Amino acid sequence: MAARKESAATTTAPATPATTTTANTLDSPVKQIQIEGLVVLKIIKHYQEEGQGSEVVQGVLLGLVVEDRLEITNCFPFPQHTEDDADFDEVQYQMEMMRSLRHVNIDHLHVGWYQSTYYGSFVSRALLDSQFSYQHAIEESVVLIYDPIKTAQGSLCLKAYRLTPKLMEICKEKDFTPEGLKKANIGFEHMFEEVPIIIKNSHLINVLMWELEEKSTVADKHELLNLSSSNHLEKSLQMLMDRVDDMSQDIVKYNTYSRNLSKQQQQKHQYVQRRQQENAQRQSRGEPPLPEEDLSKMFKPPQPPPRMDTLLIAGQINTYCQNVKEFTSQNLGKLFMAEALQGHNS
Amino acid sequence: VLFSDRGVAAPPRPITHRTILVSERPRVLSGIKMSVYGPIVKIHPVVLASIADSYERRNEGASRVIGTLLGTIDKHTVEITNCFSVPHNESEDEVAVDMEFAKNMYELHKKVSPSEVIIGWYATGYDITEHSVLIHEYYSREAQNPIHLTVDTALQSGKMNIRAYVSAQMGVPGKTVGVMFTPLTVKYIYYDTERIGIDLLQRTRASPNRTNGLTSDLEQVGGAAARVQDMLATVLTYIEDVLSGKVMADNSVGRFLMDLVNKVPKITAEDFETMLNSNINDLLMVTYLANLTQAQIALNEKLVVL
Repeated sequence: MAARKESAATTTAPATPATTTTANTLDSPVKQIQIEGLVVLKIIKHYQEEGQGSEVVQGVLLGLVVEDRLEITNCFPFPQHTEDDADFDEVQYQMEMMRSLRHVNIDHLHVGWYQSTYYGSFVSRALLDSQFSYQHAIEESVVLIYDPIKTAQGSLCLKAYRLTPKLMEICKEKDFTPEGLKKANIGFEHMFEEVPIIIKNSHLINVLMWELEEKSTVADKHELLNLSSSNHLEKSLQMLMDRVDDMSQDIVKYNTYSRNLSKQQQQKHQYVQRRQQENAQRQSRGEPPLPEEDLSKMFKPPQPPPRMDTLLIAGQINTYCQNVKEFTSQNLGKLFMAEALQGHNS
Repeated sequence: VLFSDRGVAAPPRPITHRTILVSERPRVLSGIKMSVYGPIVKIHPVVLASIADSYERRNEGASRVIGTLLGTIDKHTVEITNCFSVPHNESEDEVAVDMEFAKNMYELHKKVSPSEVIIGWYATGYDITEHSVLIHEYYSREAQNPIHLTVDTALQSGKMNIRAYVSAQMGVPGKTVGVMFTPLTVKYIYYDTERIGIDLLQRTRASPNRTNGLTSDLEQVGGAAARVQDMLATVLTYIEDVLSGKVMADNSVGRFLMDLVNKVPKITAEDFETMLNSNINDLLMVTYLANLTQAQIALNEKLVVL
């Protein structure tokens, strides 16, 4: 069996993408996540068996908090939401599961949840709401996003996210108007923070790994060196285009709103001026001035559109762009390698 | 009563109702399948990791853990895809298993994956004890012909032995009967993504505190290329050994090598250049577009805030 010369210099924290702030720079309670190998395998299995297509699979993470590390030691999956299971009680399922797991000494502390994603599209209102309720209840909770398609291309893609404190504030107050967001000074880059992950295995699991390597006859397929990229690129670009369309619609809405607002301001201004003129005239004629009318009742200001969706769309577009750039950089590397090999031959 | 390796029975003794373990053939014959009677057992690695984890979390004083195996049954194979541990108490003369718990857990698991059924049970430890017979009997009520899996987590023989058994009746029908556990062939089966996950997990063996981070994109490509390079080096040493006469040439390996060499596509230099350039152009264009979009949304945000 070919010896695997793994570089001993694997860093314990992966290079975080430039746009999301790392947890190390903020004073968040969780600076690192430690996952057991078992959890990784369970998540992979859950998606593989139950989540074909563009459905998302979800589950709960169990573990404990040690100093500034969040250790995830076990997890269990959640059944899919099916229409004909209207009387299925999620809370009860969760309670039962956790109670049973406690009997076999599995950590029953809820520390987060996991979700699979389709081509990186996970920044949505639902996720925001769920993560907000989790983080509100348990301060250190995280959401693990597992990307099965990227994993199938060669290497495990598992990322952990938390909401930044700023975003938590906004969600708490539910103030999604433009002024509110301006006050909080939050951009799409500061919505989620990514927490570095390390994988840790106990000694017994390591022994198991040795056994498996010896006994299993599954051949390596080396998907990572696959040169074909067009399919994946097409799909990613398709999703990016959809989002950009959404974004442009949103921008149009916002523009109409601001135009309406300014038109209304103008009308108000004109009305006030006319009123003043009339009053001046009346005074010169010696008549009592007209009463001041309540301007706000006459000119109802238009509803400012909620800006949270825009933020989410912008965040999603950002994630797509990041993924695409990662993918292209990998493929460029592979293409150059192929060129070097071919040049060697001819 | 134990049958010795060569099939010669020990001096005749009355057969009473007891567990009998058929010893396996010695390792020398490991090229031959151990047992051909009964289904082939295919295990997913997540099951074994789960078993190891429950062993680590066992109660004080318990020497082994047991649990239920879930999976799917085919004509000739049984595929084990999930498991959960069941609390039990074991002492010299009696054993108590929490059946309620097992039933409950199975119901909960069925909600998530309705296609998994109970196909047997597992126990950690090296031997099959008498208590195992009782537990096995219970499981035969839940599933037809349950599989019993033993995982030697205490590493009694220096390795973690993973074996599967199925029970069979033996003895004189009507008078004294006993139960025999016959071994089955165990294979490991992985989904593609599972294999990739396992690859990553195996890297924790290399680091001193058993941890490993998730690497970034180009590092991964570099790592994969290094692995292929290693494989090529192994193949090359083998070929050189054969050429210099140190190793006997094997025809099937030779055929594989021919396949390998023929698979390298032969393209003219210009065709390859055009292909390479068009691909690189596509990728560069997409990168440019992605950067442009990101700049655009950043600008948009600043404008709104004004």
